[in-house]
Amino acid sequence: MSKPKLVLIGNGMAGVRTLEELLKLAPGKYDITVFGAEPHPNYNRILLSPVLAGEKKLEDIILNDEAWYAEHGITLHKGKKVVAIDRVRRCVRTEDGTEAGYDRLLLATGSAPFILPVPGKDLEGVVGFRDIRDVELMLEASEKHRHAVVIGGGLLGLEAANGLKKRGMDVTVVHLLDTLMERQLDKPAAALLQRALEDSGLDFKLEAQTEALLGEGRVRAVRFKDGSEVPADLVVMAVGIRPNIELAKASGIHCERGILVSDTMQTFDPQVYAVGECVQHRGELFGLVAPLFEQAKVCANHLAEFGIARYEGSVTSTKLKVTGIDLFSAGEYQGGAGCEELLFQDPSRGVYKKLVVRDNKVAGAVLYGDTVDGAWYFQMMRDGTDISAFRENILFGQAHMGDSGHGAESHAARLPEDAEVCGCNGVCKKTIVDAIVQKKLFTLDEVRAHTKASASCGSCTGLVEQILQSTLGSDYSVSPAKKPLCKCTDLTHEEVREAVRIQGLKTIPELMGSLGWRTPDGCHACRPALNYYLLCQWPNEYRDDPQSRFINERVHANIQKDGTYSVVPRIWGGVTNPRELRAIADVAEKFQVPCVKITGGQRIDLLGVPKAQLPAIWAELGKHGLMSGHAYGKSLRTVKTCVGKEWCRFGTQDSTTLGIELEKMTWGSWTPAKVKMAVSGCPRNCAEATIKDFGVVAVDSGWELHVGGNGGVKVRATDFLCKVQTDEEVMEYAAAYMQLYREEARYLERTAHWIERVGLPYLQSRIVDDAAGRRALCARFLESQRKAQIDPWAERAQGAEKHEFEPLTPAERKAHACIA
Amino acid sequence: MSHWTPIARLEDIPRQGARVVASPQGKVAVFRTVDDRVFALLDRCPHKGGPLSEGIVHGARVACPLHNWVIELDSGQAVAPDEGCVRRFDVRLEDGMVAIALAGGPTGR
Repeated sequence: MSKPKLVLIGNGMAGVRTLEELLKLAPGKYDITVFGAEPHPNYNRILLSPVLAGEKKLEDIILNDEAWYAEHGITLHKGKKVVAIDRVRRCVRTEDGTEAGYDRLLLATGSAPFILPVPGKDLEGVVGFRDIRDVELMLEASEKHRHAVVIGGGLLGLEAANGLKKRGMDVTVVHLLDTLMERQLDKPAAALLQRALEDSGLDFKLEAQTEALLGEGRVRAVRFKDGSEVPADLVVMAVGIRPNIELAKASGIHCERGILVSDTMQTFDPQVYAVGECVQHRGELFGLVAPLFEQAKVCANHLAEFGIARYEGSVTSTKLKVTGIDLFSAGEYQGGAGCEELLFQDPSRGVYKKLVVRDNKVAGAVLYGDTVDGAWYFQMMRDGTDISAFRENILFGQAHMGDSGHGAESHAARLPEDAEVCGCNGVCKKTIVDAIVQKKLFTLDEVRAHTKASASCGSCTGLVEQILQSTLGSDYSVSPAKKPLCKCTDLTHEEVREAVRIQGLKTIPELMGSLGWRTPDGCHACRPALNYYLLCQWPNEYRDDPQSRFINERVHANIQKDGTYSVVPRIWGGVTNPRELRAIADVAEKFQVPCVKITGGQRIDLLGVPKAQLPAIWAELGKHGLMSGHAYGKSLRTVKTCVGKEWCRFGTQDSTTLGIELEKMTWGSWTPAKVKMAVSGCPRNCAEATIKDFGVVAVDSGWELHVGGNGGVKVRATDFLCKVQTDEEVMEYAAAYMQLYREEARYLERTAHWIERVGLPYLQSRIVDDAAGRRALCARFLESQRKAQIDPWAERAQGAEKHEFEPLTPAERKAHACIA
Repeated sequence: MSHWTPIARLEDIPRQGARVVASPQGKVAVFRTVDDRVFALLDRCPHKGGPLSEGIVHGARVACPLHNWVIELDSGQAVAPDEGCVRRFDVRLEDGMVAIALAGGPTGR
């Protein structure tokens, strides 16, 4: 049986991206034919600006060369324009009469530059800025002629002007309005931009309405409504784009401003899909690449007949890169009624930042001169983060939220090539730039996958995004707003958890089957998350799946770089005695443990233990009453304490007793990521409670509760949650906090990131203000602890999971052993 | 020349898991997938030598526990964008017994 036929009209970025996504999901499902009007293979249109400016060559921007089409068995018709679609016979026809039949048709006809309907618009030397042909015409003109006029002071116009200036032309930018880039910038930022561009040698003529283009044969000048004229041997029209819909319209597919599509990227003819700049979705047209890629993903999902993806529109941000100018704009950048504006201005550094805030949430941002925090603001905008807890610092950027080591270098363009960008993985700027150029990367995720930059702690994410932006030009793809749990699904963490709860899913295979997982048994990213979500939702029923646990949690010890393990017994509240110390010392000697170390959390670490020895060492420790310290788990690690009022002359409360009680209540609990606690007996805070996930600090009249601290790569001081009076209250609030975190944070999300995402006021509303809700959370936590508080070391010392710790023995050697 | 050595019954290896067996070439990880296929690789990730036998097995792949490199069980190749390859060994499953071609040295790459 022959395969169904898929025809793509439009060999551009949106259409070919859809094919790439489709080939990932369902390779070989269709016989694919592609028609492209241009005589080139698929190229990166957003890199035309650097080509014009001489920073890149044409061959650098080819995305898929002809070998790619051949390799995937795709028939490519270059330079053939489709002129008719016969929807009854299901076939398309080109100018030269080539025909191709289809079962599914994908329209990705893109858009064309809007040409002002003025006299002289057809003169030689009048071009748009849209494709390789336009760029070739501009380059040709720049070699022979001197005067260029760019009509349109938007993103594209300014990039064209910059490119032509670099090619040695005198360039005047003409704009109808009184400010540049009015769709992205407010007036102060636009004024800064204009001044900087003027300094670089561009001329501007604002509030100017073009009346006619003068000349015979070739254009010679531009005349304006007020009668003035500007000489011009080249006129670039960059006043906007219009979706190419004539073909669709002529074949009777419903169009308004663009081809109308549903959330599944289908047109009114269900056999016909459309993506990219030619479509109109929920009343919106598209001009940036990020939404196109999101559409491509959804469309591919339906072409592959998975049928689960929906395109629900995109939140977009814009970055302009004209050599040396950093600009970022997103959302409602103008502000207005019901909004507040937070402003930062430093004219001599050329920095301007404006955040538009509504109901304590970021609604828009304009950044000029220092854009390193653009990605951070954008993330908060998409997440709807409540910023009230840190709005006094927000304009100073993420680096000022408390940082150590990873100091803020805010200008990627100025960084030397060998500067280390990612301190975790030792990746320098050149490595990232080379990967982006050579491997044709577009997104942060791709850079992470190829270079590992920003793939560990993430504190260099803003910088990596800047490097992407400065390498790619004005537009690059931001990560999609909706972040899937992993590559096996399009569902988010939240959607999966909701499905677990509502559909009553109780095992990993059941969950994957019911939610349409793309892989038979998931991957190393989703399985541990799913195991945790099921465990958290069904504490009394769910049977833990060891094969979906990371090795540390599977063998209850911490794997080290040489493949040995570390063993950390629990020492309640950090308080021990000679008997326990002697037992640990004896064990260390007996098993010849190579390294004994005091940990940051007031415990003792036995390092370098071979896996096969673990059960024996645990059995020995167990004889002396020592149990697992869970130093290896996404779980409660330690409760650090100071000596408190029993000994300390400043102590106001009994911090050690409270610390031990907290640890007794919370040990054994599995959490989205590790949890550390501390209790300090006075505000001097010797237990460093204000950099813990949950910190308790004594004051004379009771206890202060602090949440969301982190002492790791990025130091984050806690937020003050509330003050309570009694030990019992501390316990209840701690349990409620643990349970809220367990139920609502994403797997692997530390409390610090969780709180930055949902906002401190949300936690306060659930834990402080809502007494009944707090007690319910506390009750659910204690219920889940009934089954969780089983010492895993004791079980394994008695033989549980034995296969984990013993190597296999080849049968022959067994035989030899018998003979011997 | 390959030399088949029986090492375990299939059920001795956990599904979506692995066991280790010593060999003249070093430790070898023997994997069992969710659909009961078996594979064997040298127990050393091509990246930094991590023990692949301790990784999470998914499909016919394993993720190294040290830095999450993903390795194809059938070929020993690292999944792109990572680049590298680990020695593989022939294994066969007969009457519920897993046997490995050990003494004959590595077969294939």
